[in-house]
Amino acid sequence: MKSAVVLLPGLNRDRDMIAALTKISGHAPATVWETDTAIPDVDLIVIPGGFSYGDYLRCGAIAARMPVMRAVAEKAAAGAMVIGVCNGFQILVEAGLLPGALMRNSSLRFVCREVKLSVANANTAFTRSYRAGQVLRCPVAHHDGNYFADAETLGRIEGNGQVVFRYAEGTNPNGSVNDIAGIMNEKGNVLGMMPHPENLIEAAHGGTDGRGLFESALGLEAA
Amino acid sequence: MIKARITVTLKNGVLDPQGKAIEHALGGLGFGGVGSVRQGKVFDLELQSSDRAAAEADLKAMCDKLLANTVIENYSVTLT
Repeated sequence: MKSAVVLLPGLNRDRDMIAALTKISGHAPATVWETDTAIPDVDLIVIPGGFSYGDYLRCGAIAARMPVMRAVAEKAAAGAMVIGVCNGFQILVEAGLLPGALMRNSSLRFVCREVKLSVANANTAFTRSYRAGQVLRCPVAHHDGNYFADAETLGRIEGNGQVVFRYAEGTNPNGSVNDIAGIMNEKGNVLGMMPHPENLIEAAHGGTDGRGLFESALGLEAA
Repeated sequence: MIKARITVTLKNGVLDPQGKAIEHALGGLGFGGVGSVRQGKVFDLELQSSDRAAAEADLKAMCDKLLANTVIENYSVTLT
């Protein structure tokens, strides 16, 4: 499967994401810039983390209105898989590709630490390498990861199995409602998550818990 | 030229941790009796137009498309 990584000014996890995709798939992903209006023919588009446009206005708000995001929305509508990590998640909610919003952490502090994630739905294109309820280690690093959705939206995404990852074992770092760490769209081809699976994919990282996400999305999961 | 002010505030029911922190800080400065603080944003714009109705429609569209996140925020537009 072919992948592409979206580059925007102010992102800082793009090199980690490109390295993860290259190491896991054996192929370097294509890269697309903020002003690109077309995305190459790929199966997976990844929006990495960072601080696009300095987090001006709201995290991800400016990036979500750039030409490249219209192209991402068109690809997603056509069935391509999209993963947004951290700022990438914030961009996807600002672009309306995922429901809800990401607000300032309830502690008002930037959090940079490892959390536990439970796989709330293992029956997705992103998590089929994991078992339902499996608990993963994963790093987080963000100031605005406090997921919020109104009661009606929350009921809908919970009922549809759109909550993919939850913070587990009391490690919710940001006050997210229902301990939500990652969600997908109703169609199941767009995933946003605050934690950084790309930073736990090889022994040098101290673990490989994040690998399964990319293996699932790239169709490389063990039979 | 038309001048406008847009005010963006959090919707009722959306937790505002920054407002809470400001509320506590005001209490610490001795301002008792502050029941609640909600933080918002203000945008002052100048439009090259004299059509107030069209300007107001444009400003609302700007709020819906960019200046406010209507999942969590309300906005109001005032022409001056």
